[in-house]
Amino acid sequence: MDTLSYLGQGFGVALSPYNLVTALTGTLIGTVVGLLPGLGPINGVALLIPIAFALGLPPESALILLAAVYLGCEYGGRISSILLNIPGEASTVMTTLDGYPMARQGLAGVALSLSAWSSFIGALIATCGMVLFAPLLAKWAIAFGPAEYFVLMVFAIVALGGMAGDKPLKTFIAALIGLFLSAVGIDANSGVYRFTGDNVHLADGIQFVVLVLGLFSISEILLLLEKTHHGHVAVKATGRMLFNMKEAASVFVVNIRCGLLGFFMGVLPGAGATLASAVAYMTEKRMAGDKGKFGKGDLRGLAAPETAIGASCCGALVPMLTLGVPGSGTTAVMIGALTLYNITPGPLLFQQQPDIVWGLIASLFIANIMLVILNIPMIRIFTRILAVPNWALVPVIAIITAIGVYAVHATTFDLFLMVGIGIMGYILRKLDFPLSPILLGFILGGLMEQNLRRALSISNGELGILWSSPISMSTWALVVVMLALPLLRIWRRRSARQRALADA
Amino acid sequence: MKIALTRLALAASCLLLSGQLLAEPKRPECIAPAAPGGGFDLTCKLAQSALVDAKLLSKPMRVTYMPGGVGAVAYNAVVAQRPADAGTLVAWSSGSLLNLAQGKFGRFDENAVKWLAAVGTSYGAIAVKSDSPYKTLDDLVAALKKDPGKVVIGSGGTVGSQDWMQTALIAKAAGINPRDLRYVALEGGGEIATALLGGHIQIGSTDISDSMPHIQSGNIRILAVLSENRLDEPEMKDIPTAKEQGYDIVWPVVRGFYLGPKVSDEDYAWWKDSFDKMLASEDFAKLRDQRELFPFALTGEELDAYVKKQVAEYKALAKEFGLIQ
Repeated sequence: MDTLSYLGQGFGVALSPYNLVTALTGTLIGTVVGLLPGLGPINGVALLIPIAFALGLPPESALILLAAVYLGCEYGGRISSILLNIPGEASTVMTTLDGYPMARQGLAGVALSLSAWSSFIGALIATCGMVLFAPLLAKWAIAFGPAEYFVLMVFAIVALGGMAGDKPLKTFIAALIGLFLSAVGIDANSGVYRFTGDNVHLADGIQFVVLVLGLFSISEILLLLEKTHHGHVAVKATGRMLFNMKEAASVFVVNIRCGLLGFFMGVLPGAGATLASAVAYMTEKRMAGDKGKFGKGDLRGLAAPETAIGASCCGALVPMLTLGVPGSGTTAVMIGALTLYNITPGPLLFQQQPDIVWGLIASLFIANIMLVILNIPMIRIFTRILAVPNWALVPVIAIITAIGVYAVHATTFDLFLMVGIGIMGYILRKLDFPLSPILLGFILGGLMEQNLRRALSISNGELGILWSSPISMSTWALVVVMLALPLLRIWRRRSARQRALADA
Repeated sequence: MKIALTRLALAASCLLLSGQLLAEPKRPECIAPAAPGGGFDLTCKLAQSALVDAKLLSKPMRVTYMPGGVGAVAYNAVVAQRPADAGTLVAWSSGSLLNLAQGKFGRFDENAVKWLAAVGTSYGAIAVKSDSPYKTLDDLVAALKKDPGKVVIGSGGTVGSQDWMQTALIAKAAGINPRDLRYVALEGGGEIATALLGGHIQIGSTDISDSMPHIQSGNIRILAVLSENRLDEPEMKDIPTAKEQGYDIVWPVVRGFYLGPKVSDEDYAWWKDSFDKMLASEDFAKLRDQRELFPFALTGEELDAYVKKQVAEYKALAKEFGLIQ
């Protein structure tokens, strides 16, 4: 009962006109920052902290502003994914897989509005989960040690196995390239530099932004350039800007499932939106089986990652608020902002400053609703991008991409690296290699290696640690289920065929 | 008369000129050589607000980020690409010096830049979960002596990093080879706290500023803080130092700024003067306290001497632990 009255109090804080305007401003700024490839929520939030502080915003308004920017950025990232096939952030890589084909089919407006709707449901589920179970979940999240994370990565990789599709060898090679790229840089355990060629710029490894923008943005620019020679086929967005009830109903179950999944993944510090969206997409693809047209503009393929992203963003706030431990890079920056206000996130926050915590939770609800309302009239403007001819679009994308990379790292080395990776991406695309496995190999490979080695240094090299806890045991069980699913389907199909033969 | 006028004009132009020389650099910028949100970011933001508050700069400095190798990328960029840019400050920490000492900063050594100021420090700390069987540093050292493979130590960096050095010094005190420790490399203070709370590691080698929130909430205890004397803060004065427990281990994590090697002496003097004024002000002390940093103010030549001495010490340590030949 306490919870409800606190939540009511929180809405009181969040619904004051001043804070409503703050949230609205935040979502707007966030959307714009997220729209720019390369600039993600971390940059958006880091950019606004000094401004919020300089404006003398009271702590709860500042926190509301930052949370609104965070959600706005996550939303903005999908716009370029859907319209241009360029993921604005790491997490929206999966959105391109079905979002972009939808846009090519003239359904850009539908794709944008449906993704907004999906992420709204995801965020809603996550916020409810946060209200009900935050302290409980925090305990669960810290029980995840390196061994458990390793098993989780195994699960993710098994889930992604379905990605192989019709070109297993090329997918495998692409994933290996990603794995290799993740190995560049300082080795966390021994402090040895790997594959850096004595170049200090590579000491921290290849930055994810550089890889994403190189692979997707630069190679897309090269492809667009090539196409202008063959004449450009403009895609017209259909008159319909909104999804209809039938479409929403068809993905509703997907929304619920992926919302829950995204929330749990978000609560785990270190897993985050990228992993959540990837696992959500692949799980849904598996469940849909051969009937789905995943990768060719399936509504479920768009809804699944979007719901998961929306949910995991809110989930990431749970460890921050309850334990003072960052759930993602962005929340790490937000913790920094809180300490500026002399607020220490952690177990005492709920007791000492309920106003701030519940005001923030309530403002998450409000920011999510605002995003949906704000974006529906803007979809018409966004879809106009599709009508821009390539000779204008290509340079603009190139400039924005370069600014994005330079703004984050301020070195020209990263720009050259991005172009180099872009050319490699272009060649791989011409050879018909899928690009997203490179990215997933990069993220999962890095995390998996790190956690395996941490786990083994904890156990002094004994492999038993990998299946000793209940959490890792149950994750292994999920791995087995994931592996068994396709076999089961084959077996069922075969028995059906035999029955059909017997009947005939 | 004419001569007098010329003299006057000369004097006036000299004044003007010197006035210009003493003016603040154009477009001041503070490079935080890491991603937003870390200690370097904090260092830059501290100077950003303190310099404006003390009216030493009319506009706040820009803070830009140049992550890579605990400052190696920024160090190389400044030395090679903009050595004479008077407006560019770069943040450094003891971690940068440690890497410099190990030759991880590329082809440049500690003489390549102009060390400007140190503005504050934190101290290393050895943390355990509150229900840990270890009550003092002696308990830990005894356990390590008995079987170094029994204690899992987590820290926020790789072998050779500051956090690792702290544990290596304790291992040395226990008379065992630091390489025999069961050592887990985590990322930053946040991960250390998570792993300690979750019971995945038994000892966290971290710094006092990062652990404070968890100490206040009662989840984490500090076996020893690696400072000369007990820390002068109401909530920290009960934390014992390693020194008073009989281990001569002091590990400050100093934070400060340097300038490019070809910045003119006048500009360097202007910055030094401004930092001297800033470091002496009470407003600055308040801002520094807010960021959980302890007093440590050095500028100019004193700092330069400190840096060189520190690098030499780190080099000796690194050699002793077999990190460099």
